Amino acid sequence: MIYIGAFLFCGIICLIAEIILDNTKLTPGHITSIFVVVGAFLDTFGIYDFFIKYCGGGALLPITSFGHSLIHGALAKTAKTGFLGLLMGMFDLTASGITAAIIFSFIFSLFFKPKN
Amino acid sequence: MKNKKYEAIVEKHKPDEARKSHALVAFLVGGTLGVCGELLLEGYTVWFDLSRSEATVYMLITFIFLASLFTALGFFDKLVSFARCGLLIPITGFAHSMTSAAIEYRKEGPVYGIGSNLFKLAGTVILYGVVSAWFFGMIRYLLGIGG
Repeated sequence: MIYIGAFLFCGIICLIAEIILDNTKLTPGHITSIFVVVGAFLDTFGIYDFFIKYCGGGALLPITSFGHSLIHGALAKTAKTGFLGLLMGMFDLTASGITAAIIFSFIFSLFFKPKN
Repeated sequence: MKNKKYEAIVEKHKPDEARKSHALVAFLVGGTLGVCGELLLEGYTVWFDLSRSEATVYMLITFIFLASLFTALGFFDKLVSFARCGLLIPITGFAHSMTSAAIEYRKEGPVYGIGSNLFKLAGTVILYGVVSAWFFGMIRYLLGIGG
């Protein structure tokens, strides 16, 4: 059941993005930025957690989950340290992904030359 | 002049089929990736006896690693031009943008090449993510105090 949810959620997010990309002048950079903001907005009132519960990996994989993780970590930290937690906890959940992407891309850029 | 008009008319009518197939491909590729993510997530919880939140981290890192590797090997661009948003919207697009920027600018040196261009494309995602998360988080926090 959760696989159907994963397929539909991730597929529909990509479908919406593709429709925006094909029918407007926005570039993929614009669209990913919009989707991150949408993800952060959806998590503000806990809607995104509902998707994660029923779509699992399908909801964690799109870039919307990046916005969700940012605000989720920040809000979790405010419960402990108050208002300052918004700044302290912002990267709590996404740090692993960002760090991994930085390290992998740096290492690969040392060993590989651009094609074409 | 006539040619231009003709081209404009062709442009207007041609992409419709292409749009539909692009949308379908993006839907199918995105959905397949979502299912792979869920399979991998459950696989990690079973194989390595991890909690679901730890397995999530491993799952995301796996996808980031694969996207970076395929970008470095040079065939991720072809996949992206085929699947478009199906690969750009999942976390693979984020890793792809960073690795391709790093490899493309490496000839300009490690500092002004790789260093200052690494976040050229991924930086917007982080910037707007952080600003919007801070803004919405503040609203949520203040509502939490008030209500």
